[in-house]
Amino acid sequence: MSKYTEDDLREELKTKEYEYGFYTDIQSETFPVGLNEDIVRAISKKKEEPEWMTEWRLESFRIWQDMIEPDWANVNYEKPDFQAISYYSAPNSKPKYDSLDEVDPELLDTFNKLGISLDEQKKLAGVAMDVVVDSVSVATTFKKTLAEQGIIFMSISEAIKEHPELVKKYIGTVVPQKDNFYAALNSAVFSDGSFCYIPKGVKCPMELSTYFRINQAGTGQFERTLVIADEGSYVSYLEGCTAPSRDENQLHAAVVELIALDDAEIKYSTVQNWFPGNAEGKGGVYNFVTKRGLCEKNAKISWTQVETGSAVTWKYPSCVLKGDNSVGEFYSIAVTNNFQQADTGTKMIHLGKNTKSTIISKGISAGKSQNSYRGLVQINSRAENARNFSQCDSLLMGNECGAHTFPYIEAKNKSAKIEHEATTSKIGEDQIFYCNQRGIDTEKAIALIVNGFSKEVLNKLPMEFAVEAQKLLEISLEGSVG
Amino acid sequence: MSLKDKLLSSHLVFEDRSDMGSYVNNLRNDAIKVFKEKGFPSKKEEAWKYTSLNSVLKEDYSVFPKQETALEYKDVKKYFIHDIDSYKIIFIDGKYSSHLSQTTHAGIDVCLMSSALSKPKYRLVIENYFNKAASEDSLSSLNTAFSSEGAFIHIPKNKLVEKPIQIIHFSTGNEAATMLQPRNLVVVDENSHVQIIERHQSLTNNPVLTNSVTEIFTAKRAIVDYYKIQNDNENASLIDNTFIKQKQESLASVHTFSFGGKLIRNNLNFYQNGERIDSTLKGVTIIGNKQHVDHNTLVHHIEPNCESHQDYKGIFNDKSTGVFNGKVVVEKEAQKTNAFQANNNILISDKATINTKPQLEIFADDVKCSHGCTIGQLDESAMFYMQSRGIPKKEAKALLMYAFSNDVLSSVKIPELKQRITKIIASKLGVSLGFDL
Repeated sequence: MSKYTEDDLREELKTKEYEYGFYTDIQSETFPVGLNEDIVRAISKKKEEPEWMTEWRLESFRIWQDMIEPDWANVNYEKPDFQAISYYSAPNSKPKYDSLDEVDPELLDTFNKLGISLDEQKKLAGVAMDVVVDSVSVATTFKKTLAEQGIIFMSISEAIKEHPELVKKYIGTVVPQKDNFYAALNSAVFSDGSFCYIPKGVKCPMELSTYFRINQAGTGQFERTLVIADEGSYVSYLEGCTAPSRDENQLHAAVVELIALDDAEIKYSTVQNWFPGNAEGKGGVYNFVTKRGLCEKNAKISWTQVETGSAVTWKYPSCVLKGDNSVGEFYSIAVTNNFQQADTGTKMIHLGKNTKSTIISKGISAGKSQNSYRGLVQINSRAENARNFSQCDSLLMGNECGAHTFPYIEAKNKSAKIEHEATTSKIGEDQIFYCNQRGIDTEKAIALIVNGFSKEVLNKLPMEFAVEAQKLLEISLEGSVG
Repeated sequence: MSLKDKLLSSHLVFEDRSDMGSYVNNLRNDAIKVFKEKGFPSKKEEAWKYTSLNSVLKEDYSVFPKQETALEYKDVKKYFIHDIDSYKIIFIDGKYSSHLSQTTHAGIDVCLMSSALSKPKYRLVIENYFNKAASEDSLSSLNTAFSSEGAFIHIPKNKLVEKPIQIIHFSTGNEAATMLQPRNLVVVDENSHVQIIERHQSLTNNPVLTNSVTEIFTAKRAIVDYYKIQNDNENASLIDNTFIKQKQESLASVHTFSFGGKLIRNNLNFYQNGERIDSTLKGVTIIGNKQHVDHNTLVHHIEPNCESHQDYKGIFNDKSTGVFNGKVVVEKEAQKTNAFQANNNILISDKATINTKPQLEIFADDVKCSHGCTIGQLDESAMFYMQSRGIPKKEAKALLMYAFSNDVLSSVKIPELKQRITKIIASKLGVSLGFDL
């Protein structure tokens, strides 16, 4: 009988090092540090962008200059010096590839180390990958298959050149430039990201996926993702990331905009595993992300996230339920360990009639970490028969960590039905005893319980991704899962 | 002149009137500095996100009432729980009314803050407890700066106070607008038990702003039941700041019944300084028109094995607004804490608004903390059931709403008070409930 206890688990968690920490030496072309209008212009020029895009960036930059960095979140960190960051870095060998053979072998090796080789992905999952390494798209696969259906899936810089009418129409409509400090910054300096358009009535035949990765020392990454699902279409989009072990704090301020037109459905899944800092809380990525989706009539947007990394996370994937009968969903697992801090949740803005939203949030805190759920459910006065169900559960391991809940609920319509519940607990001794009694050792028992605790969310992930999510949970809470 | 400036200059006058150098005077002087620096809270502050004081602060309040008014008991009898024997501490426009009051010094002290502040025999109690629980927020500081009158209740060891204590603040509306700042102190020593009913009532439609601070200290195994009746008329606003410090094994409960007033803000704070403490916070809010009621609660679990129960029910009609902002903090040492928080609301009108934020901050792992919060409507099948049995729609509705708030009412320990509140609820709902409760 193993004598594995929660203390052992805690010990293991403390000593667990980041497994995916390494640094690939790819020659990068990096801009001088600092940010001013010239840099913004230079980024735009580098990317061969049209005039309107340059202007849009400059406008954002001017807005950003007048904004103050927010500090209302329940996190403490050293504020980044925005003038000490290089705002552009791109791998040197730049030609676009049609097949994997042409890709820089060192780069491929990087992905092999991560265990997410393109080959494997291609064969096994039929996943098209738009790989982003340091901000520039270097490989896009399955593009042809998608093109046959009329689906546009490419890097956003390509989209700006090839489909300016679509980008111009939708960029900044869900997350305006002046939305918040980091969104404004991103709008000014975004280096690359993904663009996806699903035409009317098309059901995307495969899961679309992008792997983000911070790779260049001292380079902040500013992704911009725009997904448009036209009337009656369906798309499932996957995003996942790991980052190498670095000592200085790295800034990641992405913006993701989803637009689901009438009867469309978007499923957006994220597995986030940026470098969380070491056991002393040194280093780690700052993850300040703005994600928001807009639902037109009968549309549905579903966010699923597994957050295991980053030193500081500040992220609220939201749904604006504008059209009647639209549906918003949010499923989240946030795991924090050592000195990690996460302030994450969602906003559900009910504007249309008969709109529905579901929020399931699971927080697991260990070590000396702080894990907060912050959510807003807003029912506007015209949102007849709006319905919301929220559930946030927290699991605490050890008495040096914290779990916090900040749910804001605002109702202005009498027909609204809102339920919110939250619980906080530790792994029950009786639960472990029950397992032990049936011949399951404590380690397995903890694994079972944590798994069960997260099941509701894990189930929502696409099959191919669920494996990866399990893997990342393992890294964060090794010894307790699987 | 803004109200803030007026208060600051009035304080100079106030300072001249009181004797310099005493313990409380130093506190007052420090407090006015805090208020001067912080000013009235604005919506930019997280705790005041949903409540704006602007509409209340624009009146030209007189800070010191000029004349004393006498009231006849028969005129104000209806505001008392008159069918039981009780101690009474009554204030009219902030001044003590000996005529209406019934105080005591026999074994227990049920008297006035002003006499406690001036008499040497209370010096020790004042220095040990006065302003020891109140927080340094701007409104409490403002009250401290002007603190001179209110109820002073000191129950020594092993006393069971056999009758409840009623504290009523009347405002007569002699001035065009009045600001009142009562300051209450309740100290309950070991093994003692006391029940207190507090009410603020204005007798005319002239605007009144009350900024009240109540500090309650419960020693080992003491029991305090505190009931607040807030059924004022529609020009009266109330900011109620209550701070309760509990020692081990003590029981404290506060029931807040908010049925009236223009703007009511309840800042209710519990601090548990000991093991095996039990705190109860309950409230029923039934409002309409443009009324605004904000419950802002804090339960701070500092030591292990304590419990807290929060249950707030709200029914909102017309253009009224309800706010609930409940916060439970569980410190690292407070293992085995059992904290429960519920906030249920019913919206009757499309113009009514509810903003609720049940908040948990937990630093200990072996705890049971849960909160639930709902916004919904009356059950249609239940309505149908009653109507099909001949109960008119209005009564059926009232019955359901009464049942909805009954969780809170059932723990009221004074039967006469319970009856009175039931009657108020019935009149609020526009029915006469044909059964005895």
